Amino acid sequence: MPTMNLVQALNSALSVMLQRDPDVLIFGQDVGFFGGVFRVTDGLQKRYGLTRCFDTPIAEGGIVAAAIGMAAYGLRPVVEIQFADYILPAYDQLVSEAARIRYRSAGQFQVPMVVRSPYGGGIFGGQTHSQSPEAIFAHVSGLKTVIPSTPYDAKGLLISAILSDDPVIFLEPKRLYSGPFDGHHDRPLSSWAHHPASEVPEGFYSIPLGQAKIVRPGSDVTILAYGTMVHVAQAAVRDSGVDAEILDLRSIVPLDLESIVASVRKTGRCVIVHEATLTAGFGAELAALVEEHCFYHLEAPTQRVAGFDVPYPHAFEWDYFVGPQRVVDAMKRVMVP
Amino acid sequence: MSNIPPYSPLQLHVPEPSRRPGEEADFQDGTLNEAGAVRRPDPVSAPADMRDLAFSLIRVLDDNGSAVGPWNPSLHNETLLRGLRAMLLTRAFDDRMYRAQRQGKTSFYMKCTGEEAIACAQAMALDPKDMCFTTYRQQGILITRGYPLVAMMNQIYSNEQDTLKGRQLPVLYSARDYGYFTLSGNVGTQYCQAVGWAMASAYRHDTRLASTWIGDGSTAVGDFHHALTFAAVYRAPVILNIVNNQWAISSFQGIAGGDATTFAARGIGYGLPSLRVDGNDFLAVYAATQWAVSRARSNLGATVIELYTYRAAGHSTSDDPTKYRAAEGKSGWPLGDPIDRLQRHLQASGALTQKQFEQLSAEVTEEVRAAGAASEAIGTLGKSRPTVESMFDDVFAEPDWRLAQQRKEIGV
Repeated sequence: MPTMNLVQALNSALSVMLQRDPDVLIFGQDVGFFGGVFRVTDGLQKRYGLTRCFDTPIAEGGIVAAAIGMAAYGLRPVVEIQFADYILPAYDQLVSEAARIRYRSAGQFQVPMVVRSPYGGGIFGGQTHSQSPEAIFAHVSGLKTVIPSTPYDAKGLLISAILSDDPVIFLEPKRLYSGPFDGHHDRPLSSWAHHPASEVPEGFYSIPLGQAKIVRPGSDVTILAYGTMVHVAQAAVRDSGVDAEILDLRSIVPLDLESIVASVRKTGRCVIVHEATLTAGFGAELAALVEEHCFYHLEAPTQRVAGFDVPYPHAFEWDYFVGPQRVVDAMKRVMVP
Repeated sequence: MSNIPPYSPLQLHVPEPSRRPGEEADFQDGTLNEAGAVRRPDPVSAPADMRDLAFSLIRVLDDNGSAVGPWNPSLHNETLLRGLRAMLLTRAFDDRMYRAQRQGKTSFYMKCTGEEAIACAQAMALDPKDMCFTTYRQQGILITRGYPLVAMMNQIYSNEQDTLKGRQLPVLYSARDYGYFTLSGNVGTQYCQAVGWAMASAYRHDTRLASTWIGDGSTAVGDFHHALTFAAVYRAPVILNIVNNQWAISSFQGIAGGDATTFAARGIGYGLPSLRVDGNDFLAVYAATQWAVSRARSNLGATVIELYTYRAAGHSTSDDPTKYRAAEGKSGWPLGDPIDRLQRHLQASGALTQKQFEQLSAEVTEEVRAAGAASEAIGTLGKSRPTVESMFDDVFAEPDWRLAQQRKEIGV
């Protein structure tokens, strides 16, 4: 089985779907001839032709609006927004249009569209190349939001997203593109080559949306995470020796509540980790659900570890970035008898 | 040597209309030329060779009701009578539904009085399978295409037969089988979606076009710029209509930048052919649309059409135009009423007698009355509604657990 990094796995998913379905097409800024600033669409235009993978003007609202029109026609567009930080000009089209077209037309029209976008920090990207906007999509009725953490998952989830008849926001943790970054920025970088989830089948396979994965079984505390934070949580468990169960949510809408509830009822403790700013982040939703469904099993108040409520600061990358130590500290807080 | 006087303190300019309530309406407009005066380039001509068309006004019907000049589409009487009937039916429908709102039978309504020629003539010049991405003032498209009036009324009443299951504000129709895309209510958002739909049609080597409409006020929205950029870049088979009815609720067209140049001229900067058309002239609207259709179907891409008209009624049932604009506006509007003008043309040519016209008027009134009675028998707003459990349908293709749980919460 070939070994792929996250970029190659995503490229493979797109290639498989372009080959399989002539209604799939890709467009976005710099995705055509050049193959995307992160190389995710590398070679696809050459392989599948100009009209299957092409460049667009710098107009996120226009890209998404055009994709909505195409999807309503019956195609399955996959668009790239170059950085999730730039998705906001398209927010009106996503919230007021894509998310509601099935509902407001009572099913006459649907929008089977995927909006891919690199997101998250840890790359010294400053305020406009580091943000994690997942909560603003999870809040909207009618959008699905998917966040992979490994090459194997990324390919299977992206294929499911393309097959979905609903609009999907597909956020790619760009710090994971080349390796399973665990937040220890001062240690040598590891590549995907030695990670088991870098073994990715070349052909078609899919992973259903809305199924969390137990990355590490454990009995003392449940860690809920997604994206880069899955690897940070693993490092925190290694560093602390706490027998934590790590759940990679993989998608926040749809959300695998059943797996969350089963795990927290078992461990009696819960730590929620995300890169996005704390206040009204998706962690708040998770904490509320844990409280509602697991209250009588809880041994300690649920802890959230999240980005500080400040814009992403360039010079303070590693003070701001949620690293393993903050997760370790949170586990200690919930482990206090 | 410069003629610029010495600098004085900077001053902010806020445009204002030339007349306000209590003043006599003023329709002095240098761009109103005689009917028949504007040239008609071959549709295959290069956009750069027809920029003058963005600054003149294509008109076919003159003041005597004669069809003159190169843009005369030379339609059969039968087609013209069909157009007249569609416009009359649209106006009768509007009148009834406006009254229904005033009688408390629904929450909201929007008329297109004075703008009927735009939707009706364009619907006839397009193929029925072409997809329309409209604003809320092109109800004439649905009516011209034969969408059942009862279905429109059921939507306006949000009653149990409403095909949109009571989810949308009145008049925000959706009718896929009639080539009518779901109306948003956010202005401008549909404009670039239409371009995407047209790109998809071209991608699939289909024959269908998209046509979309936006108001003069909404040309200020970013989506307008996105649409023209994408349409030009990808040579999309789409018609980009700007309905310049001169008023965006209470804001005159100068607030959208209409004082500086024409709205049609916006298209020139994108390299798109751009026509400026008398929107109250059924024949001119038909001919310009037909011209744009032939370009799009020949893979020559998009056309911008500014349809110059006047919003004779209020923006909606929620505003009173006498509060913000000169009251004599409607009667003083020099381009007249689209129905009167087509009627006069048909009568002048002998294709229609006064008696036949009265018969036609009575017929459409009766058609609307009968549809109204049928829809009201199902129920007006609040008297009848779709089942409440349907509120949870169609959020996703497959409902997720949250919606199942929330449905249980209200006991359905």
